[in-house]
Amino acid sequence: MRCGDFRETYAEDMALFETAFARRMMIAFIALMVALPWLASGFWLDIALRVLIAVIAAVGLNILTGFTGQISLGNAAFLAVGAYATAVLAGRWNLPFPLVIPAAGLITALVGMVFGVPSLRLKGLYLAVATLAAHFVIEFGISHWESVTGGVNGISIPSPKAGPLVLANDRQLYFLALPVAASLLLFARNLFRTKVGKAFVAIRDQDISSEVMGVNVFRYKLLSFAVSSFYVGVAGSLLAYQARIISPENFPISLAIDQLGMIIIGGLGSILGSVFGAVFITMLPELLRLVTSALSSTFPELTTLFASVKMGVFGLAIVLFLIFEPDGMAARWHTIKNYWKLYPFSY
Amino acid sequence: MEFFLQLLISGLVIGSIYALVGLGFVIIYKSSSILNFAQGEFLMLGAYVCVAIVGTHKVPFLAAFAITLCFSALLGVLMERLLLRPMIGEPVISVIMLTLGLSSVLKAVVQGIWGTDTRPYPEIFPTTPVMIGPLPVSQGYLYSVASVLVLLGLFSVFFKYSRAGIAMRATAFSQQVALSMGISVKHIFALAWSIAAVVSAVGGVLLGGIRGGVDGAFALFGLKVIPVVILGGLDSVLGAIVGGLVMGVLENLSGGYLDPLLGGGVKEVAPFIALVAILSIKPYGLFGKVKIERV
Repeated sequence: MRCGDFRETYAEDMALFETAFARRMMIAFIALMVALPWLASGFWLDIALRVLIAVIAAVGLNILTGFTGQISLGNAAFLAVGAYATAVLAGRWNLPFPLVIPAAGLITALVGMVFGVPSLRLKGLYLAVATLAAHFVIEFGISHWESVTGGVNGISIPSPKAGPLVLANDRQLYFLALPVAASLLLFARNLFRTKVGKAFVAIRDQDISSEVMGVNVFRYKLLSFAVSSFYVGVAGSLLAYQARIISPENFPISLAIDQLGMIIIGGLGSILGSVFGAVFITMLPELLRLVTSALSSTFPELTTLFASVKMGVFGLAIVLFLIFEPDGMAARWHTIKNYWKLYPFSY
Repeated sequence: MEFFLQLLISGLVIGSIYALVGLGFVIIYKSSSILNFAQGEFLMLGAYVCVAIVGTHKVPFLAAFAITLCFSALLGVLMERLLLRPMIGEPVISVIMLTLGLSSVLKAVVQGIWGTDTRPYPEIFPTTPVMIGPLPVSQGYLYSVASVLVLLGLFSVFFKYSRAGIAMRATAFSQQVALSMGISVKHIFALAWSIAAVVSAVGGVLLGGIRGGVDGAFALFGLKVIPVVILGGLDSVLGAIVGGLVMGVLENLSGGYLDPLLGGGVKEVAPFIALVAILSIKPYGLFGKVKIERV
């Protein structure tokens, strides 16, 4: 029986998985995710795909907001940049998806860096408002640059293809999104074991002290914007491939708020938390829809009120989480895990 | 020239309502360092409550207005007590998110009770326009600007001379010092929230009177007021007034002159472009206090 968590080497201390059990659980989980398309119906597969996309975007936002401390309300606009880049690269230029997805990420990273420049002088709330401005400027640009983006009418995206390979349906798209999400998650997890990741965290905790200690604050802030926007751009690219047709209406400011909700409910500064939050916020409306359709025979007015019920429950979930579990689901998960790790002798 | 004057006047009217809602922002920010993203919902809720009281209970408008103000004051106190007090000491982003969550709850409540259709407003202001020089101006505009000016004046006096106002300024300056001087910081926060809710409700009712109806789009005011308070500086009452008027005029002029050239939507984005330009020159707004940071 385990009676403590002992680490004897630095390698053990740095290990991705704390225990062999955790590694086995992860392998089992990955196997389950790979098997999902055969287990789930089309409805749930669609949700699973959206969850994967949300996970990538939420991890991206968490790198910027949770790990580097730069509050961003511009995430919906960055998603839009990734999605529209995909529409142009794949739709107009007929590029294969292995090129389109990273290119969409890089373009979004560039745009993100441009809007990250004000972070040199702005902090906290003022920066949040500057990113809010970025949202409105990008939205204006997209809906007015009609020759490229199709304006408010939207633009359609062909199925992702590479040579003879065409990913025509949700199931095939899932097998594109899953490895992309998994590798990006792994990269993010490793990023915070490197110098760059530590610099991000140092800037979040105290930017002046970190500058005194030799961290180039502006450079790393911009880098954080770039990495974060790259993730969001990749998510936007997959989102465009899934949606097949996109218009500026797909990227309202409430989408940015949803994503902030994900990382706050999940846990700021936690990769696992971003995953939890993305799953929770994406599933919440679907679960609500199931509940309302089950109750619609007894309360027929519920279906007409669905939009407001959804909004209310979303807001309430965020408010209650912030009040009762301010560190998010990831913190609660660690509490539970630590309790069971040394059960029954958890002293 | 006449086109310009018309844009200018409607800009000043909208700007004065921005200033009023901005005042609510600033009061909350000054006393508790919270940026309240639910301010637009306070405005919408105030407008709806007033029209509901007038419509369903056949109460005269002024009485309904008074009841709305009491309701808003109570709402503000409740918000502070139930939601904001547990958040003391949490990071900025959590508090921002809390107000964003609160805003979707309030929106949902309003939609659940009153639906999403536009509700017509009772005629508060006489409809015959008044001539100012060559230009006919609707009386609603004049009443709005006048009441906003009166309110802003009252608040300036309140902050300058009344005990509660001075206590609020003390709290904004330093919570610790205020506490040691016997000021109840909790009461100050509650007061700030109820004042913010009340001024927003006044703004909502005025706006409803000007537009002749109230709908969910009123909540967008909360977002539009953000450039206003940032322009003026988050902790300056004067800044909110100047910022409100400037942004109202800027928005209307850019919308009026640039919309035909660029194809619509300039009105929404112009304040934000101005905002970024201002922030890159003056990071704390025009009148905001520059924070000196120490490790």
